[in-house]
Amino acid sequence: MARDAMGYALSALNHLAGSGVLDRLGVRRTAENISYYLSRSSFSAISTSARQFRNLNPLKRPQRLQAPGETRDLFDLNITDEQRMIRESVQEFAREVLRERGEPADAEQSIAPGTLEQASELGLTLFAVPEALGGAATERSPVTSMLVAEDLAHGDMGQAIAILAPVSVANALTQWGSAHQQGTYLVEFAGDHPPVATIAVSEPAPLFDPLRPACTASRRGDHYVLKGTKSLVPLAAQAELFLVAAMTEDGPGVFIVEGGSQGLGVEADFAMGGRAGGQGRVTLDGVTVPAANRLGAGDFDYRAFVDLGTLAWCSLAIGTSQAMLDYVIPYANERTAFGEPISHRQGVAFLISDMAIELDAMRMLTWRAVCRAEQGLPFRREAHLARTLVKDKAMGIGTNGVQVLGGHGYTHEYPVERWYRDLRATGIAFGGLHL
Amino acid sequence: MNLEIPKKFRSLVNNAHQVAAGTFRPISRYYDRHEHERPRELDMLASILDGFNEGDPSNSAGAATTGASGEAGTEGVRNGSNMGVCLGAMELCYGDVALMLSLPRQGLGNAAISAVATDEQKQRFEGKWAAMAITEPGCGSDSGAIRTTARREGDEYVLNGEKIYVTAGERADCVVVWATLDPSMGKAAIKSFVVEWGTPGMELARLEKKLGIRASDTAAIHFQDCRVPAENLLGSPEIDTSKGFAGAMQTFDNTRPLVAAMAVGCGRAALERLKELLVDQVNLDYGQPVDNGSAVEAEIYRMEAEWEAAYWLTVRAAWMADNHQPNSVQASMCKAKAGRVGNWITLRCAELAGTLGYSEEELLEKWARDSKILDIFEGTQQIQNLIIARRLLGLSSSELR
Repeated sequence: MARDAMGYALSALNHLAGSGVLDRLGVRRTAENISYYLSRSSFSAISTSARQFRNLNPLKRPQRLQAPGETRDLFDLNITDEQRMIRESVQEFAREVLRERGEPADAEQSIAPGTLEQASELGLTLFAVPEALGGAATERSPVTSMLVAEDLAHGDMGQAIAILAPVSVANALTQWGSAHQQGTYLVEFAGDHPPVATIAVSEPAPLFDPLRPACTASRRGDHYVLKGTKSLVPLAAQAELFLVAAMTEDGPGVFIVEGGSQGLGVEADFAMGGRAGGQGRVTLDGVTVPAANRLGAGDFDYRAFVDLGTLAWCSLAIGTSQAMLDYVIPYANERTAFGEPISHRQGVAFLISDMAIELDAMRMLTWRAVCRAEQGLPFRREAHLARTLVKDKAMGIGTNGVQVLGGHGYTHEYPVERWYRDLRATGIAFGGLHL
Repeated sequence: MNLEIPKKFRSLVNNAHQVAAGTFRPISRYYDRHEHERPRELDMLASILDGFNEGDPSNSAGAATTGASGEAGTEGVRNGSNMGVCLGAMELCYGDVALMLSLPRQGLGNAAISAVATDEQKQRFEGKWAAMAITEPGCGSDSGAIRTTARREGDEYVLNGEKIYVTAGERADCVVVWATLDPSMGKAAIKSFVVEWGTPGMELARLEKKLGIRASDTAAIHFQDCRVPAENLLGSPEIDTSKGFAGAMQTFDNTRPLVAAMAVGCGRAALERLKELLVDQVNLDYGQPVDNGSAVEAEIYRMEAEWEAAYWLTVRAAWMADNHQPNSVQASMCKAKAGRVGNWITLRCAELAGTLGYSEEELLEKWARDSKILDIFEGTQQIQNLIIARRLLGLSSSELR
């Protein structure tokens, strides 16, 4: 695998870096830059895919699922029995598997194949595909997806990203795909080996606005030609299928790009956190896709597509923030200083109560936006406000969580430094996921 | 899961909004300048609100019905009077916090009676405007340190002590007074008594001059050998040290979301006015990420996000009360959050509006003064944090002081 090759290259570089030769020659800075690019290009590959996507049983019309019908005209924070059952199994998986493997997955920057296999037993992908296409879904519930994302991230955000990226593509194809797109691509997600798939929206630019991607899609006859660079793309190296956001003559759109397409390149892009998600850069150098691969069947809403991704990140942030809160409470009670538990000091206790208040604030805004999305109500404002609040509060919880542990929190002995790094993604990531 | 306000509250919200915009706002500045002058306009309004209360408790816009459970919805979920009261308070305080506090028969004492009184007491005090007297010169947030005493003598309790910061204390018909049966027995001995004006030994000491909510009178009341019928004690007369303070504090679980709702209403008034003043200078279409617009747009989005958080945390706490779920922590959370958010928003809006915001020409400076009390009374933000932290950390009040 590419990872092994990169590993060898990196250890060789480390040997050189540690030798002192560079300092004597006065070229360390240059070498460091080179090492970054070397490691990236060693990872870099023309993405390949053995999978053939074929439309074997053409559909007459796209399969759209209804929202769950239990919603009534009463404010209600209860979840359904079905949602409770799903949460219980996801929470157990997150607790027993993801939490345990958080540290090694972060170090290796990928989710272990065994973990993915165990995750597939949860049936998340299958429940994202309509029954008519061989899946198990009879309704489409962004609220359920939100709760699942929160629970997975309570175990580990990085691995949650890797698990949810393909599910997200299935969600998007179910919600937006044309009959052709669903018949060609969505059906594959109902099979025994669903494709590794991901969503590419973000770009490597400061103040990136997902509604104004620099990546372009130019119409050439019955094709589009895609040019640009996408960053922080989950599972970039392994993905067999990409949903790529690009600007067209008539505004931003999303294009289904198969792995192995001519001109499609992948580079490693090591980031501060969420590392087990295997995020990388995707380069599109004149990638040609059929016009029929532009996502949508007349009802596509690019803004909603982006917002359902943003709200997925908010859900992950809630899960990781809850993990932080659950971790610092027993820590503050057990850690003693000046002869008593540090939790007996208001300076510490109030940090923790504020974390709890803001975490619930994050929840209420995210839940509201996702509920509106599920019910087919406009949710642009609510998603905007949720992101605005969550990105600040989640990072506040991240930094205060580390603060409670002090020096301990700064080391890899404890998971809080990883959660701190993971939570920074909330203000940065667009796309990648879709509730 | 559904986070929309049900249609059945629309008329309540609309009615309260009409009162706020049509009755409160036009007289808001006048009574701010004329502290201690009784707002006569409110007497007729109160009668109308009484009518609402009798018709459908869940349509009440005042504090009187907090704590009562609402009508059952289908499958057992309730959106009842706690939610209705909070929604009403948000609208009324969008108009004017102080005038809402001055609404006859909607006092916090009424909420206490509603929460802990027996049926006989509820009947006896029906229609009375009840204020609440807890604070003393030597005790603010530390309600357990109350020094006012209630000594049993035959069929009466004899009250002695000084109470301060009694909202609407003079205008109300009666005052719910917190006093201890035995100062040596701690919090468990603290009971509340309904004392009607006119009772010998009850005397108005003064009315405070305040930073804000000036239309609402804040009284200091002295009790000297003030004899109250024994049946005016709310709740059980027994000193149950195992239950401690719980009985008396129960009231707060219902009134804290109400005060949070007041902060939400006041905050919205300021934010809306600022948006009107800036209409030509900002483009608020939620179109681009918050950091990509101008600094003032970003600040408005942040205020709006924080405001929404306070709003929904408040609705959640009220919803839990309606559904008989224990909500002490959530009530404290919404109070802490709404208190600080309401204060921050009103102060920031006054600032962003420049001299307009600071001038008495606008109400922004008034809201920035009014909002401060909402982060203080019914438990300061710090007291809420103590309650939340103790519960989360499983600590007693002697461990986390």
